[in-house]
Amino acid sequence: MTQEAVSVQAGTRGFYEDTGKYRGIRAWIFSTDHKRIGLLYLMTMGVFFLLAVAFGFIMRLEMLSPGKTVVEAQTYNTLFTLHGIMMIFLFIIPGLPAVFGNFFLPILIGAKDVFFPRLNLLSWWLFLAGGLLALVSVFLPGGAADTGWTFYVPYSIRTSTNVLPALIAAFILGFSSILTGLNFITTIHRMRAPGMGWFRMPLFIWSLYATAWVQVLATPIIGITLLLVMVERWFGVGIFDPALGGDPVLYQHLFWIYSHPAVYIMILPGLGVVSEILPVFARRTIFGYKFIAYSSVAIAAVGSLVWAHHMFTVGMSNTGMFVFSFLTFLVSIPSAIKVFNWVATLYKGSIVLEVPMLFILSFIIQFSIGGFTGLMLGALAVNIHVQDTYFVVGHFHYVMFGGTGFGLFAAMHYWFPKMFGRMYKKGPALASWFLTTVGFNMLYFPFFFLGYFGMPRRYYDYLPEFQTYHVISTVGSWILVLGIIIIVVNLLVAYKRGKIAPANPWGGRTLEWTIASPPPAENFHDIPVVTTGPYDYSEFEQRQAEHS
Amino acid sequence: VSSTSSGVAAGAHAHRDDVGSRLGMWLFLFTELILFGGMFIVYAVYRFTHPDAFHLAAAELDTFVGTVNTIILLTSSLTVAMSITAIQEGRKTFALTLVGMTILLALAFLVNKYFEWGHKFDVGIYPGAPELLAQPQGVILYFGLYFVMTGLHALHVIIGMGVLIYDFEAIRRGTIHATSYVRLESGALYWHLVDVIWIFLFPLFYLLH
Repeated sequence: MTQEAVSVQAGTRGFYEDTGKYRGIRAWIFSTDHKRIGLLYLMTMGVFFLLAVAFGFIMRLEMLSPGKTVVEAQTYNTLFTLHGIMMIFLFIIPGLPAVFGNFFLPILIGAKDVFFPRLNLLSWWLFLAGGLLALVSVFLPGGAADTGWTFYVPYSIRTSTNVLPALIAAFILGFSSILTGLNFITTIHRMRAPGMGWFRMPLFIWSLYATAWVQVLATPIIGITLLLVMVERWFGVGIFDPALGGDPVLYQHLFWIYSHPAVYIMILPGLGVVSEILPVFARRTIFGYKFIAYSSVAIAAVGSLVWAHHMFTVGMSNTGMFVFSFLTFLVSIPSAIKVFNWVATLYKGSIVLEVPMLFILSFIIQFSIGGFTGLMLGALAVNIHVQDTYFVVGHFHYVMFGGTGFGLFAAMHYWFPKMFGRMYKKGPALASWFLTTVGFNMLYFPFFFLGYFGMPRRYYDYLPEFQTYHVISTVGSWILVLGIIIIVVNLLVAYKRGKIAPANPWGGRTLEWTIASPPPAENFHDIPVVTTGPYDYSEFEQRQAEHS
Repeated sequence: VSSTSSGVAAGAHAHRDDVGSRLGMWLFLFTELILFGGMFIVYAVYRFTHPDAFHLAAAELDTFVGTVNTIILLTSSLTVAMSITAIQEGRKTFALTLVGMTILLALAFLVNKYFEWGHKFDVGIYPGAPELLAQPQGVILYFGLYFVMTGLHALHVIIGMGVLIYDFEAIRRGTIHATSYVRLESGALYWHLVDVIWIFLFPLFYLLH
């Protein structure tokens, strides 16, 4: 690595100074700079995330005691619907790719921007439009949608609530997701710096690549499915409504043909972040680079063929159940390969417990618990016992929040100095890691017991015998929310008043650490020529070998 | 990991990459195919569960109008493909004529479609019509799919026309010319997609009795 590239002095405002032809807010909302677009996503997504957290917080509060605690039953129905729609479509699907993918994909491959910069801006505008529509639908007469984020027919056709705006919002957000995926695939194929072969790409890029293919190939299915429900509501066309001969189970198939691959859209970039951050703080070359790279592609491919494991109780042939169960077990293999390689990377590493690394360690443990419970759900007999219970909700949150959510916290703390040119305070960041990890596990681990003992998901009320678990869980939600508040406040304070960040605070070896913090407008003055793989820590490894 | 070399430095927008633009367009076409693919799955399932009603309902469609529209669309694909060769050879006026012909053929398709749908509405075949609701459920499903699938296809014809009008204007202004025509290629690819989808819709609705 050369320091020559750090031509912009530390402490300058980098791309923030280059506003292009606009001023003020227009320099942001009309900018085609991938870094500005990444930050636009960060801000809008952050708002939606905090709103959805608030909805989840109220839901947990409601479950503190049986019967009514704080809200009415119908409000509870709209709360879990909005929490689901916003967390999934507005936060975790765009999540890592839209924020950190946009900001760092071009930099990590040594490019000046994405391939289609204007399309990139359009993606954000569509995202904003979809998000605002989802919010507006809450306040329109008729009331917020109460179908759950799954929009199952026939209820979604018959309920009088504002399902239509919510469907249109999801459709628009799907369009945004497709365009981002299309842009990333083209960028990765066409814009890698000289010498950056496929197997010299950082593993975050591999995961973005696999994710982008799923975005492009799976999202149109949810688009057409939601469109069909829309025309059923609008014009009374008979497609899924059983009263007109339609088949609601067919809807469920189509919904999950997208929505199962979509959980890989959500988790794959998180897995990529772990592979990216782990070697930096273990001071070791990643173990099994090619296995990790290929396993991302394998997860994307096999994960597209497992959708009907969401439907084991709705009526399916035994052969179908067997095949989908088998494929579900199969998809766990590439996921396990990643976990084994991460652990092998840590072995004999010179581990530095910085804040991003702590979030990553929480990720690995929580993702493993989520993965194991996923295997339990893939087993037919267990699945039928715990179908539609808190067990499923617990599994899902362990993978999505314990995994991707913590991956996002890790990425935020890892790349914050590069994005904003400032350092955050380590003390509050450590506290936030501790509180989010403790709070998260307290909140969701009781779900496994609740589900196993028969507590159904989405129920407003419950039997008194479940209360102990619900109380533990709700107290956990308070700790978790406190942790999230500290993260937000700590980073906002750092943004305003943090110490000036050096170009490479963590000792990273990838390209973003060779340029100034924050990066200059065109990232690289001269396009770099890449001569080695991404995680070259041979000097540390030699020292380690000498010690032992 | 790197050293820098000014020899390969090139501004992000300094050079054109037609291969990349084409790649992006093809990816977009995949998404369109899968969008329609979802509806073809629904069609296949309902055809399998209601074979008799689908036979009955298909007899209501006018094979002649469908055939005419097929010929119109196939011809339009020919003209748009020829326009690319024309622009490659630098024959601007000929290229404009061919793109113009494509747009007119698209319009003819839509006019036909309008009268075809209009006739269906007149005889009480439209979503929610009391006459249709009195029919067997398979017939309701058939016409539901007919209107949604041909309707969405017609929407794509309109979008395709918009793209071609944009390309027409770009040729006229000289932004698309003999050495830079990837935008026309993308427009033509989109138009072929519209055509290919119709090639599947036509036999599934009009010919399979």
